Amino acid sequence: MFSLFLEQMLNGFQSGVMLFLMASGLTLVFGVMGLINLAHGSLYMVGAFACAVVAAWTGSFWLGLVASLMAAALAGVLVEILVIRRLYRRDHLDQVLATFALILIFSEGTRWIFGSFPLFLNVPDLLAGTVILPGGAQYPIFRLAIIAAGLLVAAGLFLLIGKTRLGTRIRAGEADREMIAALGINIDRLYTVVFALGAALAGLAGAFVGTTQSVQVGMGEPVLILAFVVIVIGGIGSIKGALIGSILVGFTDTMGRFLLPLALSTVTDASSATSIGSALASMLIYILMALVLFLRPSGLFGAKA
Amino acid sequence: MIMNRETIINSVLAALLIAIPLVAQAMGEIFIITLVTKVAILALAGVGLNIALGYGGLVSFGHAAFFGIGGYAAGILASHALNYQPIATWPFEISGSTQMIVIWAVALIASALAALVIGAITLRTSGVYFIMITLAFAQMIYYFAISWPAYGGEDGLSIYVRNGFPGLNTLDPISFFAICAVLLALALWFSAVLVRSRFGLALHGARQNDQRMKSVGIAPFRIKLTAFVISAMITGLAGALYADLNRFVSPSMLSWHMSGEIMVFVILGGVGRLFGPVAGAGLYILLEHLLGGAFDYWQLPLGVLLLLVVLFARGGLIGLLAGERKHA
Repeated sequence: MFSLFLEQMLNGFQSGVMLFLMASGLTLVFGVMGLINLAHGSLYMVGAFACAVVAAWTGSFWLGLVASLMAAALAGVLVEILVIRRLYRRDHLDQVLATFALILIFSEGTRWIFGSFPLFLNVPDLLAGTVILPGGAQYPIFRLAIIAAGLLVAAGLFLLIGKTRLGTRIRAGEADREMIAALGINIDRLYTVVFALGAALAGLAGAFVGTTQSVQVGMGEPVLILAFVVIVIGGIGSIKGALIGSILVGFTDTMGRFLLPLALSTVTDASSATSIGSALASMLIYILMALVLFLRPSGLFGAKA
Repeated sequence: MIMNRETIINSVLAALLIAIPLVAQAMGEIFIITLVTKVAILALAGVGLNIALGYGGLVSFGHAAFFGIGGYAAGILASHALNYQPIATWPFEISGSTQMIVIWAVALIASALAALVIGAITLRTSGVYFIMITLAFAQMIYYFAISWPAYGGEDGLSIYVRNGFPGLNTLDPISFFAICAVLLALALWFSAVLVRSRFGLALHGARQNDQRMKSVGIAPFRIKLTAFVISAMITGLAGALYADLNRFVSPSMLSWHMSGEIMVFVILGGVGRLFGPVAGAGLYILLEHLLGGAFDYWQLPLGVLLLLVVLFARGGLIGLLAGERKHA
C-alpha cells in the first residue's frame, strides 16, 4: 500500500512537471504579448511526432528529442510570423478563433500525413528498466528521468527570465510594451523569440509524454485544457504561479483518481465505488479551480483579473 | 418601407431555409431535408451563443456544455421511458418521457441551472480568464459524461425511436424539420425583441462599459448572468433537438470541438448579427457536405478558411454582403 502510494505520488509529480512545460509557455505568451493561444497543444503534438519520426529513422531517442525541440520551435516561429503576429492587437475572440483554426489545420494536416493510428516511441536503452522504490514497488527509470529533466528545464527557465538580458527584456515587455520599444528593443523579434521558446518547451513535453503514452493526433488537447486550468489557478502571466499550479493540478488529478475510489469503497461496493470515484476524480481539478477563483479571482499569483 | 441590405439578406436566408426542404420533399431528396434540419438546429445553438457572445460580449468557449446537457436530457428521459424505469423513486416517482415538449422543458431548465452555476463563478472574471474557465467547466462536464457509466459513458446513448410531438409524425423528416424551423424562428424573434428591449440596451451597455452601467444604477453582473442563462437555455434546446435528429447522444456533443464549432457558426455568419448563426451554420454544413465528400481531411481547408475570415473578413458572411454593422 505504501509503495503504491509513493508510486502515485511520483506519477502526480511527473504529470505536474510536464504540465509546467506546457503552462509556462502559455503563460509567458499571454503575459508578454497578451495572446491566448489555443494552438499551444498543437505544438506539443508537433514535438511528439517529430521525436517519434526522427527516433524511428535514426534509431536514437536523443536525436528525436533534439528534433522535437527544433521542430516545435520552427513551427512556433512560422506560426508567429504568418498568423499570430496579426493577432496581438485584436481582441481575445479573434485570437481564440484564429488559433482554433490553427488547431484544425495542424490536426488534420498531421492526420493526413501520418494517418489516425498512434505511433509509439521506445524508451532509450540508457533509461530503460526500473528502480525499486522504498516499500518494494518497481518504478520506471525513464519517468524519474523526465521528472529530473523537467525540473532542470524549469530551473533553466527561471534563470533565463530572472538573470539574463533576454529575460530582462521579457519582463520589461510584460510591464510596458511601448516603453521597451522606445528604448530601442526590436519588439517583433522579442515576440517571435518568446513564442518560439514557449513552443520548444511544449514540444519537449510532447516528446517526453509521447514516450510514456503514445503519439497521436489530438494528444495536445487534453493537456492544453489542463494547462489552462493550471494558469488560471496560478494567475495568468506568472511563471511562479504556473509552477505551483502545475504541481497542484498534477497531484490533485493523479491522487484523486487513486484515492477517491479507495475512499468510496469503504462506504459502497467495489464496482460502484470505482465508477463514482473515477467520475468524481475527473472533476476534481475543476472544482479546485473554481475554489481558487472563488477565493482569488485572479489566481494565486495573478496581478490583476 | 425601405429595407436595408441586412434585412433583405435575412429574408433571403429565411426563404432559402424554408424553400430548400420543400423542394427536396417534392423531389424525394430526403437526405437534403435532414441536412437543412441540421442547419436549423445548429443555427439555433448559434442563436443562443450569439446572445452571450454577440450582444453581451461574453466569449463563452463552453457552450457545448449546454448543448450536451440538452442532448442528454433528451437521451436520458427517452431511455427511461422506453425501459419503463423511473428516473427517481424518492421523494416522489419521476418517470421518463418520450414527449418532446416535456424533454424541451427539462432541457431548458437543466441548461439554465448549469448556466446559473457556471455563470455565477465565471462572471466574477473577465477577458481571457472567462474564456479559459468556461472552457474548463465544459470540459469538466465532458469528462464526467465519459466516466459516468450509467448512461453509456464514452459510447453514448441511443434513442431508439424519435421522441413524439402531439399531432405530428416526428419520424417524417419534413415534420421534424418544421418543428426545428418553428423553434428557430421563435428564437430569432425572441432575440430580436430582446436586443431592442430595456434589458438588451443594458446588456449592450454592460458590454461596453461596466463602470458606466454601475454609475447609472444597473448591476452589470446580474444583466450578464441573465444573458448567459438565456443564451445557455437556447443552446440547450438545440441540443435536445440535435439528439432527436441523430437519435443518439454522446459525450462528443459536450466536447470542446463542439464549443468551437458553435462559435464558428456565429463568427462565419457575423458576430452580433441576428441571422449570423443561420448564415454561419448553413455555410458550415454546406462546406462539410461539399469538401467532406471530396476530401477526407476537409477540416484542413475549413481551418484555412476560418483563419482567412478572422484575419481579413471580420464581419463574417453577413458583414461581407451587408457591409458594416449599424450602431444599435
